[in-house]
Amino acid sequence: MATGNELIASGDYIKHHLQNLTYGQNPNTGVWEFAHTAQEAKEMGFMAFHLDTLGVSFILGALFLTFFYRIGKKMTADTPSGAQNFIESIIEFIDENVRGSFNGKNPMVAPLALTTFIWIILMNTMDLVPVDWLPYLAQQVGVFFGADPHHVFFKVVPTTDPNATFGMSIGIFFLILYYSIKEKGAGGFAGELLFHPFGKMMLPFNLFLEGVNLIAKPVSLALRLFGNMYAGEMIFILIALLPFWIQWSLSLPWAIFHILIVLLQAFIFMTLVIVYMDMAHQKDEH
Amino acid sequence: MNINLTMIGQLIMFAMFTWFCMKFIWPPIVAAMDERKKRIESGLIAAERGLSEHKEAQQKAQEMLNQSKDQAAEIIANAGRQASTMVEDAKDVASQEAGRIKTHAQAEIEQEANRARNELKDQVSDLVMQGVNSVLAKEVDAKVHKDMLGKLSQTL
Repeated sequence: MATGNELIASGDYIKHHLQNLTYGQNPNTGVWEFAHTAQEAKEMGFMAFHLDTLGVSFILGALFLTFFYRIGKKMTADTPSGAQNFIESIIEFIDENVRGSFNGKNPMVAPLALTTFIWIILMNTMDLVPVDWLPYLAQQVGVFFGADPHHVFFKVVPTTDPNATFGMSIGIFFLILYYSIKEKGAGGFAGELLFHPFGKMMLPFNLFLEGVNLIAKPVSLALRLFGNMYAGEMIFILIALLPFWIQWSLSLPWAIFHILIVLLQAFIFMTLVIVYMDMAHQKDEH
Repeated sequence: MNINLTMIGQLIMFAMFTWFCMKFIWPPIVAAMDERKKRIESGLIAAERGLSEHKEAQQKAQEMLNQSKDQAAEIIANAGRQASTMVEDAKDVASQEAGRIKTHAQAEIEQEANRARNELKDQVSDLVMQGVNSVLAKEVDAKVHKDMLGKLSQTL
């Protein structure tokens, strides 16, 4: 049975797994350095980078782009190879979704959907790598460079970092604003915010309602993805606390179930991006 | 779970990835897929056309076959008719020829017979004369009896 010490140890284990590898400006000394503890990372405030999130997501994104780019360069209209078939089926799937939900004319929407879909899938899939492998590897590297292994943090799944999901959703938010103004005109967009849904008399109320509606888009987009992946990762960590010979009985079913979530969340994100883009392009609603 | 510069970094990365995808990945893939679609479409159309052409050709061939069959039948009929007329003609010619040969032969026979008869007459008369001569050599005057016998031979 768990003694007090073991409880603290497992608490530390969980916290350690949920802490990002933070490189930021120490507010006391003004020096840019690695945060040694969660406390230090917190004190760094906004002036800090999560190197694990940035690194992993960059590697995955680059992987996706190079793979697609290399196949795309060798594309042939004749009998396609296996890899080309694979990519074409993905492209077709995205294209179908965009055609289904997006009525405007914008050559950016489909590539945007493709990028969000594949990138999020890849980032989510990092969840299926056993929770200790990459952090352990990172610790060994850290030790090699003379760091205290307990102070080397590594959070593998970028989408369990709200910075990643908000980074994407804010990008989407900017696109929504840009295309709303471009397609409807500044006046049209303002009119939509001010005079819907209740007409001129209820202007402040309209503004509040539409404002919340607008802000809710990126926030819900980011939080939904983050929440799902964070919860999934948390359960993997909790399973990892069990004795090793019993772990598989829980981690296997959860991993199988999680594959569904990985794909589903990416799909939801992509679909919503397409829908939001469509809404931004609609000129004369009502 | 602190919000910090990472978010800006992710935003920039996302924008870069999307831009790259839009510029270098999406267009060639979609272009190739579109081209294949066009090729398949034109291939289907060509196949359809080929099929109809094939049918047409078959029909034409059948027609030609029928026509040539008719022609052959006609030719055979003509040949039969011609052959029978030729046979008839030949028969006619042959019978005429035969008739001619027959009359000619008859005339010749008659002539020959006449000649033989005349010769025979002469010979007989000579023989008779010889006989008579030999019989009557001594008693009968040859000149007197010759006239008489000549008259006799005239009556034969």
